[in-house]
Amino acid sequence: MGLIDGRFEKNTATDAVDTIINLGRAYSLWPVAYGLACCAIEMIHTMTARWDLARFGAEVFRASPRQADVMIVAGTVTHKMAPILRRLYDQMPEPKFVIAMGGCATAGGPFRTYSVVQGVDTIVPVDIYVEGCPPRPENLIRAFVLLQERVKTMTIAQSPLQPEPPVGIGA
Amino acid sequence: MIPAQREIGALLVGDLAERLPGAVSRLSHSRGECYLHVEQSRLLDLARFLKEQQSWQFDFLANVSAVDWLSRAPRFEVVYHLRSLVFNYRIGLKVDVPDASLSLLSLSGIWRAADWLEREVYDLFGIRFTGHPDLRRIMMPDDWEGHPYRRDYPLAGRTAE
Repeated sequence: MGLIDGRFEKNTATDAVDTIINLGRAYSLWPVAYGLACCAIEMIHTMTARWDLARFGAEVFRASPRQADVMIVAGTVTHKMAPILRRLYDQMPEPKFVIAMGGCATAGGPFRTYSVVQGVDTIVPVDIYVEGCPPRPENLIRAFVLLQERVKTMTIAQSPLQPEPPVGIGA
Repeated sequence: MIPAQREIGALLVGDLAERLPGAVSRLSHSRGECYLHVEQSRLLDLARFLKEQQSWQFDFLANVSAVDWLSRAPRFEVVYHLRSLVFNYRIGLKVDVPDASLSLLSLSGIWRAADWLEREVYDLFGIRFTGHPDLRRIMMPDDWEGHPYRRDYPLAGRTAE
């Protein structure tokens, strides 16, 4: 979208284009297949037939960050893993979103130790925080729905840069 | 007849008194396991004996770990857990680490498994193993400072508020 992004004032045409682009973006979120701990198991369950995240339009887990636009940080991030996580994030094409899944990714969880990053938001910008240890699949689905709401507010029109505050989801 | 696990230590000490006198200073028991307290200078001889002696054949080095006693001298003690897969024996070796050098001889020439296990002890306790082929950190990032399993290492890390 580099050609038309931020080139026009907000008008009827940009509204129409936004509607189409945002519809496509919101309902085809492609997460990175990237799990770090037990939260990854719940993330996998979210994809299974019982919960079926595909119903909400985030079906395709990609094995490469270059094909993905959502990173679910599912699990404990250690200081040794942190540079790798950041590198994966940097390889994802814009626009990209981050869901911090569970207590560990949000704030280090129960691990207040020398080896664990105390919140993944110290490494990458986080859009949605999901509470739980680990969160239930319904909770992760709720995170995707909230993310879709947020994606639908994006615009190609010129707009003052206002980073939205992250959203937290209770258990 | 196969000796019971708790008798292995005494049998081994008896055997060693003839073949390697002075290598073992003491025998101790803990939760059914036997531990030989080994003189640091005789560690390599004893290790080679335990592996190569036909009647013992401790062919598997299962674990290397260490204890930080902090206020004791010598401060560190390294513990080796050996198995004989042939006879199904288990034995532990405990070796005091000299405070001055903070190093022991590497057993990686005898058991290949010692390579990574000794790297782990080096990484977390800062005990060096002379003769080790590649003594690098194995758990912590390469540029980490300090050795986290030491008792005087801050639990929440040095950078934590």
